[in-house]
Amino acid sequence: MLLNEFLLLGAALFAIGVYGVLARRNGVMVLMSIELILNAVNINLVAFGAAHGTVAGQIFALFVITVAAAEVGVGLAIVIMLYRNRASIDFDEVDALKG
Amino acid sequence: MILHWVWLMPTIMGASFLAILFVGKRMPRKGSEIGIAAVAACFVIALLAAGSWINRVNDAGHVKVQPVAAAAESAPAESATSTEGAAAGGAAAEGEHAVAPVVNERTWFESAGQEFKVGTLVDGLSVMMFVVVTLISLLVHIYSTDYVGGDRRYTHYFAFLSLFTSSMLMLVMSRNIVQFIVSWEIVGLCSFALIGHWWEEKPNSDAALKAFLTNRVGDVGLMIGMITLFWAAGSFDILRIDQLANNGGIEHLLLLVAACCLTAAVMSKSGQFVLHTWLPDAMAGPTPVSALIHAATMVVAGIFMVARLYPVFFHGLSIADGNVNLLATVGGVTVIGGAGLAFVQRDIKKVLAYSTVSQLGYMVMALGLGAWTAGLFHLFTHAFFKAGLFLGSGSVAHAVHSFDMVEDMGGLKKHMPKTYWTFLICTAALIGLPIFAGFWSKDEILAGGHILGAHNAYEIFMVVGVVGALMTAAYMTRCVYLTFHGEPRGAAADSHHPVHESGPRMIGPLYVLAFFAVVAGFANWPFGPDGFKTRFEHYVQPVGDYFPHLGEVSFVWPLAIVSTLVVVFGVLLAYAYWFRGALHGATERSRLARVGHTVLVNKYYFDHLYSGVIAEGTKGPIARASYWINQNVIDGIINAVAAGARGAASFLYGTIDQEVIDGAVNGSGLSAEETGQLLRRLQNGKVQQYGALLFGGAVILAGVLVFTL
Amino acid sequence: MVAQHIAFGVIAATVIVGALRVVTTGNVVHAALWLVGVLAGVGASFLLLGAEFVGVTQILVYIGAIIVLFLFGIMLTRAPIGHELRLTSTNWGVALVVALAIAGVLGYTLIDAFGSGKLPGDTRQLTASVGDTLFQSYLVPFEVVSVLLLAALVGAIVLARKD
Repeated sequence: MLLNEFLLLGAALFAIGVYGVLARRNGVMVLMSIELILNAVNINLVAFGAAHGTVAGQIFALFVITVAAAEVGVGLAIVIMLYRNRASIDFDEVDALKG
Repeated sequence: MILHWVWLMPTIMGASFLAILFVGKRMPRKGSEIGIAAVAACFVIALLAAGSWINRVNDAGHVKVQPVAAAAESAPAESATSTEGAAAGGAAAEGEHAVAPVVNERTWFESAGQEFKVGTLVDGLSVMMFVVVTLISLLVHIYSTDYVGGDRRYTHYFAFLSLFTSSMLMLVMSRNIVQFIVSWEIVGLCSFALIGHWWEEKPNSDAALKAFLTNRVGDVGLMIGMITLFWAAGSFDILRIDQLANNGGIEHLLLLVAACCLTAAVMSKSGQFVLHTWLPDAMAGPTPVSALIHAATMVVAGIFMVARLYPVFFHGLSIADGNVNLLATVGGVTVIGGAGLAFVQRDIKKVLAYSTVSQLGYMVMALGLGAWTAGLFHLFTHAFFKAGLFLGSGSVAHAVHSFDMVEDMGGLKKHMPKTYWTFLICTAALIGLPIFAGFWSKDEILAGGHILGAHNAYEIFMVVGVVGALMTAAYMTRCVYLTFHGEPRGAAADSHHPVHESGPRMIGPLYVLAFFAVVAGFANWPFGPDGFKTRFEHYVQPVGDYFPHLGEVSFVWPLAIVSTLVVVFGVLLAYAYWFRGALHGATERSRLARVGHTVLVNKYYFDHLYSGVIAEGTKGPIARASYWINQNVIDGIINAVAAGARGAASFLYGTIDQEVIDGAVNGSGLSAEETGQLLRRLQNGKVQQYGALLFGGAVILAGVLVFTL
Repeated sequence: MVAQHIAFGVIAATVIVGALRVVTTGNVVHAALWLVGVLAGVGASFLLLGAEFVGVTQILVYIGAIIVLFLFGIMLTRAPIGHELRLTSTNWGVALVVALAIAGVLGYTLIDAFGSGKLPGDTRQLTASVGDTLFQSYLVPFEVVSVLLLAALVGAIVLARKD
């Protein structure tokens, strides 16, 4: 197997995830896209770990998964707060910081 | 010696003027006593000065001629110096020694490096003038106490008489041309004041103004001429100017220019054609004033000026070369013109005024021929007999209260014998009958025309003089006839106010003047031994480096006889016309006579020319044109400049300041705002956009890193 | 070897398609389900790489917990059930450009850097060694992460409670 296969897969996933973060209106969708990004990173880490025969790749991937979980929890809490205050989680309408 | 103290004379008269003005009204005789006393004192001083000068001239015969000396300046104190000896220049031959004039000087003030001085210059000419002026003035003062007695401005009159005498004396003793011009002007002022003595009547004040303004026209020439002389000679000093003019130190062209300009001044002041028009009108003043100022003294100021600055004229107009020059021509024209006008006057004073004009013409002509002594001698004699004639006419007028010969006089010989005989004696002197004063002086002028001048160039002037003598004889005979002979007319025939002789204060001066009219001519008696003959010439004509060498004019018997015959012929002609009634009605019969008569009655249309054409023309079209130019051209230019400035300013303000500069300033503000507005759109509050920018930036950085490193 | 390639191909296809559907679908719940597919695929790739523990953890945590969280979140926010048109932001053009740029840069860099480097034949890593390394070398980060989890937990509760 080529290393690059996994890396390119990770890159593509990352790009898609970025698109999702920037282009999705629903807050939950944005969080999902963030998950895509994180998974892309995970693939990268594990691939490199496998390439170098070190277990650190996996370990860091574990940490990433953990943090991702925490982040989703807090993120959803925020989205729920947002929904409570505005009855909408449309990010296009969240522009109170407009200058 | 007395010659250094002659400045006392104008000072005394000046003090008299002030005294009369301030205290005259309170004096018992209303100020006339102050005037008379002052003039008498001056007369005494003048006689003493004359005596002293005669001695000086006599003594100079024993003094060796020493080389040069210019007139010395005075020390700051009053110490005076007299110059001794004389330079070569005009020192004559025949054992005549130069007699230097007595000079006195103080510095008056200094300005821009030029010192202005006042001082006295006493020589034979001055001394002669002193005597004439003070004597005539004294006689006029005495006469006036009767003539203008009870007048509304008696005191004022005497004050001005004093001022006049003072300034006239200062004029004849002037050391430099500044002083001369000042006294010339003061004399003109007194003339104005005295002509307009009865200014409540408009003709009198008009006459005064006419006199003053006409003199002003001539004064332009005076100023230009004097300034030219100052710049040419580098000094105001008359002696210096004369010396330089005589020695060739001044360029001929400058002398010519100065001479011509000064001739204009002579024309106005001494009543020469064409500026003579004021003199007949000046008869509006009191008769003693006419006698003093407009016969004997002021009008001769012009003659005096020519005499004093003679080298300028002599060399400037090239008189010695027999050039028919400006001075002689003006004089000649005046002789005939003035005499012509005297024929058609009804006013006795106007006859005498035109006669004065004519006689002044003789004097100017004489000076123009180079017959210096002849002209001055005529001035001397003329003063006496003309003043006598005027005072006589005043006596007549005082009796009949009118000056109109045709209307109010006639047959006065019976009632006023003393006036008649003195008048007749003075007339005889005027027309130049032998023995009487006028004969000697007029004949010398005629002789000058005959003898002087190369190639008989001046013969024409001799002829002019003879014709003038003829005319003088004729019109004076007319005048005498109309006044004293024939049947009494008008006021003279008024039985309610019988005509009587005038009082002693008026007759006295007449006697004195008649006496001089007889004897004054002997002052220049042309026959006899050297120490006896031509005394006038000997003492008066200057000899020195400041006076040109003149040709000798001697008595010419044939000329004398011819002129006498001509005079007698003139008398007879007039006698025939008036006494015997021949040739009456000539104006009705002959058209030429009528035309001539009209021209004479209209005074050659000079007045019409001056007031009608020149004055009206200036007042009318020229004034209107000037006004138009002022309003439209000059104001137009100024307004245009102002409008231009305003336009420029508003352009500057509107375009440059408001739009450009403010625009730049505003523009910078606006651009900042616009930029802000543009950048503001970045801050749309949308997180995803911020994220996009963030990621975009990161990619770009990464790309830069990857592709360039 | 060929089998691995084919396996990888399948996994890659699943992941990519799934990811694309996540970011383009109009139905939120469908997006969540597609996400499941992506996550499963990623887990499979971990297994392919020999990372057994991580692969299983991935399945357990991600699909088991996080997706559930997502579904709860969708429910609590009354996300409309069914297709909704307004799910793509007005920003999508910029986002596409940025994403493509990222893809381009990353792709280029990777290809340029790693070319055709092969992975070693056997890349299995035992769970035991993972555990050992975790509790020896990376103990502190491990503890920190657990504190982090605690903080996240507390925070989420604080944030989301109704007061």
